[in-house]
Amino acid sequence: MTGADIVVAGVGGQGILLAGRVIAEAALAYGFDVKQSEVHGMAQRGGSVVSHVRFGEKVFSPVIEPGCCDLLIGFEPVEAIRNIHFLKKGGKLVCNTRKISSLAALPASEESPLDAEKILYSRLPDALLIDGASLAAEAGDPRALNFVLLGAVAVFLPIPCSRLEAVIKKSFSGKTLEINLKALKMGRNFKK
Amino acid sequence: MKKEILSGNEAIARGFADAGGRFAASYPGTPGTEVLEELCRLQGIHAEWSINEKAALEAALGGSLSGVRSMASMKHVGVNAAADPLMTASYTGVNAGLVLMAADDPGMFSSQNEQDTRHFARMAKIPCLEPSDSQEALDFTGLALELSEQFDTPVILRTTTRISHSRSVVEVSKAAAVRPRAFKKNIRKYVMLPAYARERHKAIEKRLLKLKRWAEKASINQIIRGDGGLKQVDRLGIIASGISFQYVREAFPEASILKLGMTWPLPEQMIREFADSVRKLAVVEELDPFIEDAVRAMGVRVDFGKNVLPLTGELTPGIVFGGISGRRENKSKTPIAGIPERPPNLCAGCSHRGLFVVLSKMKTFVSGDIGCYTLGALEPFSAIHSVLCMGASVTMAHGISTGLKLRGIKQKPVAVIGDSTFLHSGITGLINLAYNGGDAIVVIMNNDTTGMTGGQEHPGTGRNARKEQAPRVDIMGLCRACGLRAREIDAYDIRSLEALFREEMAASGPVVFVSNQPCALRYRLAKKPLEIDAEKCTGCLKCLKAGCIGLKVESKTGRRYVSVDKLICSGCGICARLCKADAFVEA
Repeated sequence: MTGADIVVAGVGGQGILLAGRVIAEAALAYGFDVKQSEVHGMAQRGGSVVSHVRFGEKVFSPVIEPGCCDLLIGFEPVEAIRNIHFLKKGGKLVCNTRKISSLAALPASEESPLDAEKILYSRLPDALLIDGASLAAEAGDPRALNFVLLGAVAVFLPIPCSRLEAVIKKSFSGKTLEINLKALKMGRNFKK
Repeated sequence: MKKEILSGNEAIARGFADAGGRFAASYPGTPGTEVLEELCRLQGIHAEWSINEKAALEAALGGSLSGVRSMASMKHVGVNAAADPLMTASYTGVNAGLVLMAADDPGMFSSQNEQDTRHFARMAKIPCLEPSDSQEALDFTGLALELSEQFDTPVILRTTTRISHSRSVVEVSKAAAVRPRAFKKNIRKYVMLPAYARERHKAIEKRLLKLKRWAEKASINQIIRGDGGLKQVDRLGIIASGISFQYVREAFPEASILKLGMTWPLPEQMIREFADSVRKLAVVEELDPFIEDAVRAMGVRVDFGKNVLPLTGELTPGIVFGGISGRRENKSKTPIAGIPERPPNLCAGCSHRGLFVVLSKMKTFVSGDIGCYTLGALEPFSAIHSVLCMGASVTMAHGISTGLKLRGIKQKPVAVIGDSTFLHSGITGLINLAYNGGDAIVVIMNNDTTGMTGGQEHPGTGRNARKEQAPRVDIMGLCRACGLRAREIDAYDIRSLEALFREEMAASGPVVFVSNQPCALRYRLAKKPLEIDAEKCTGCLKCLKAGCIGLKVESKTGRRYVSVDKLICSGCGICARLCKADAFVEA
């Protein structure tokens, strides 16, 4: 069984760690060895957050090397650019298009706004850019962005989407579960 | 057996519980916080947030003496605070098992230094275990408790951020039934007056020799023979422990590895034999050449160590491979240049923001402390001018005020400290300042939680680690009891706060300001978000002085104006108070 090395990147508070954990749990249930690396702490305060998820027959390092990642899930386009060097040749990118401004970017942003989408497409013409924030809001809660993105990347994972769904069903209930599953479906059905 | 994905910290908590651990004490600190948080979720364990790490270790030693297996967990710099009891707890030894779990932070994801805890093990002459994944984190915690009892010693369980915060698969076993040990007095063992301590020092030197012999046969120190597939690395032998072991397996799958589960004391005979069995010897470890120096001191030749690997920051498989093989990294694998940085910043609605907006207008020196308010040092505030360690804001402000007075310079320094940090070690400094005539404004930003580490309780919140009601420290009353004046401030009302600062700057004598606005993140204090009337906005960007990521500069119609991100804005109104054009309105 071939596993995958996945980098999830975004801004603190976007639900990056949860997205990584859902993939990891699904991979374990599917029979893979799994390792995950997270960085907490200062990152919670609106800083860059990255979660690495690796699964396969046997995994040693919990950290993915630059140039070795199969799939990059960007919660924010600038954060996707920051981590794009992790992708290997032929690696896939799925990215939310909604930007989150950063303090350091504020003074400069009026002079040279970084055209993130252009940079991403120029590097990866087959990148899947998705307005996940709007879809999440449509599903019922802007915070369901992580499930929209999980749905959108499902096709690239060597795990059936039903496994992701099972993990979500185990972790949530009631209205939240309903919204999260709807978001997952919307992400899955998204076409460029 | 059931498989679960656990972080290293969660696994340590489970390992402690499975090995019959009963008493756990800690002070929050990244990357070690979650050990106690997980213990709070488990049954049959007394888990407590101590006031600081010194108190945690002393209490855990007391727990051990009472006959129950005990643990104190903390981040690496916490061991500095606990170093006083640690050095002598080595002499007294233990009754029931005692573990000091210390989480190092190579790369400093959330720390002020990257000191290497293993030195403490050598200095205290006690064992140090280093797990390399979550399964070992669980197993080694139980082993540490057993070793502690077998050799009558505290044991350090050392992790790093990548062990504590990485998640990997663990086979969860059932808890063992461990009987408490007899609770007996033993004056010659537990009273360290010089005559008894001299005897104990001899005893711990003997203990260290016994531990060395144990290390030679311990299954946690093991040799993994490589398949020697590739010629050029054939018979390369690598000594590694902790996360470095995983990096080595990844970088050199064909090399032979001596994996050390215990990094102090070292199995000298095993290391010699391993070195003899390979052509080239490498020692791979993060931070200091702790193992390498010891191996060299044995007279064993080390071909690759800190001569090719960095002393600072984390290692990666790539760094390990590049260092030992001498091959350079591919350039396409480096990040794209010129991407704007995204430093951490104060949450929307945080009361610290108002304080720093005001302090950024003052000329005075501001000594900061460990917590979210450290972020006041960053743009656009630049309003914190020193951060050293827990509690140092108060003591340093005292020293600065005294020095300035000696030089005849009229300036009143300001100290900024949070509630949890104040109780950890700010209060001792405040008594010192009052007693010795320091002249500073000490600001205690009491937000009713330990914010930076994710919102833990402390003696000022009135709740214990398990969220049950507990006696609540009256912070203003405590300051007054030191003989100081204490005034409550409203950090959101920046105009009044500025006036108050100017008034106290002109007055003589120390004063304490206490803000009692709760943490916006923990208590989710969202009011109605604000909006900006684009017509009224003059584009002066004064509101950006609030340093809030909820504000965005727009220039769509060729005219510059500011907009508010409604998903981020919590309606605290600090940016609106900075606006001269009255452009902010309630959404």
